[in-house]
Amino acid sequence: MNVIQASGLTKTYGSTLAVDGIDFTVARGETVGLLGGNGAGKTTTIAMLLGLLVPSAGRIVILGHDIAISRFEALARMNFSSPYVALPHRLTVAENLRVYGHLYNVRHLEARIGELADELDLHSLLDRPAGQLSAGQKTRVALAKSLINHPEVLLLDEPTASLDPDTGDLVRSWLERYQAASGCSILLASHNMAEVERLCSNVLVMKQGRIVDRGSPPDLLDRYSRENLEEVFLDIARNRAAVPA
Amino acid sequence: MMYRHLSLYRRSWPRLLEMAYWPVLQMCIWGFTASFLAGRAGGTVILAASALLGGVLLWEVSLRSQMGVAISFLEEVWSRNLGHVFVSPLRPWELVASLLGMSAIRMMIGVAPAVLLAWLLYAFNLFAMGPVLLLFFVNLMIMGWAVSLGVVSLILRHGAGAEALAWSVMFGLTPFSAVFYPVAILPAAIRPVALALPSAHVFEGMRAVLAGGPTPWGHLGWAVGLNIVWIGAASLLFARQFHAARVRGALLSMGE
Repeated sequence: MNVIQASGLTKTYGSTLAVDGIDFTVARGETVGLLGGNGAGKTTTIAMLLGLLVPSAGRIVILGHDIAISRFEALARMNFSSPYVALPHRLTVAENLRVYGHLYNVRHLEARIGELADELDLHSLLDRPAGQLSAGQKTRVALAKSLINHPEVLLLDEPTASLDPDTGDLVRSWLERYQAASGCSILLASHNMAEVERLCSNVLVMKQGRIVDRGSPPDLLDRYSRENLEEVFLDIARNRAAVPA
Repeated sequence: MMYRHLSLYRRSWPRLLEMAYWPVLQMCIWGFTASFLAGRAGGTVILAASALLGGVLLWEVSLRSQMGVAISFLEEVWSRNLGHVFVSPLRPWELVASLLGMSAIRMMIGVAPAVLLAWLLYAFNLFAMGPVLLLFFVNLMIMGWAVSLGVVSLILRHGAGAEALAWSVMFGLTPFSAVFYPVAILPAAIRPVALALPSAHVFEGMRAVLAGGPTPWGHLGWAVGLNIVWIGAASLLFARQFHAARVRGALLSMGE
């Protein structure tokens, strides 16, 4: 069963075509990677899925809800994390989590915050202002915020950007465990090819607003006769065609 | 959302001080001016001094209500948090309701010390106007909310570049609101502008009450009717600009 269905999704800003009629689906329990260079249309696509941006054309259905008609019903069952969107710096971590717990109408909120603090090792941070945390700590808090409502669909925009390799690996390991345990679906936009290769069962490669290739990481490696996704990414970015099967 | 703002104020005394600072300062300046005038003459001047103090206090209701909404919204812009807020199931009207709630709290915190000061220093008891004071309060608060929704709409349209309006726009309405003088004093060409403002009717009513007249139902009726029009128009403008911001993608980039 598909939890995300995007068809003919298009976004234009004046004469600029940011996303050009893309179609894709994400199945329940699947992790799909959204790959592409800067300006490829990944963030625009995620913003449309979240209802932050109104598509110029096309249709999005998430968890059975058409986003153009009933986005709030879908938003209650999904969540989002991005290092580029901040949490209020002067509020403590616990206060931030309470704010979002209330916004998502989470029952037994204090217990849920306790669970997330256990899982993401946040207990020592709960009473600290969010603005005083390191990049790695902020990422863990942002992840906790994105999981506060037990989302069935999780949209992650470069969740490990600017993290050191060790913290990045911890976050990826945690995402793997969480996805396996919860069965939630994840759409992951990333520039980190090793991360996508490790976490995603399917990959959509975007370039200039279009999905120019798609498939599982092993399929893509096979098709481009490459050792890793970074090489595949460079082939696509530099217009080197896939080797015909 | 109100919990978010209350948590912020709980540990930020400068924010609390800012709310009461200006109303108290205004009350000191105009209070001493009114005392000076009342000491030089009696009768009519004492009435004018009372109208001056009542005007200062009631106009702060509108000012603080307007700023309360706009600054609470700007707190989200400054913290670059709008992206998270608008991907939650929070409906725009719920966001507006929380801003109005915060505005009411901010207004009370801001105006109460000035009201107390007026009573302690100048023996001016605002509550002596009786229950009609509540109607004046509510009308001025709603007008402040209507103006603030217009300001928030401009911030949605023009980004943080429009934030200076959060502090200044209401002051621009002061001369037309006939806060310290009757509408009849204004030039004939400006009177229709003044009479289109709910605040002008409230202050005309306030002066009538302070002069010992009956409850000014006519002015109150106009204030209520105009407020319905103002708040309706402001809500439409907000809804339109919110949708336009979603079309332009401004909700993610706001604050830059």
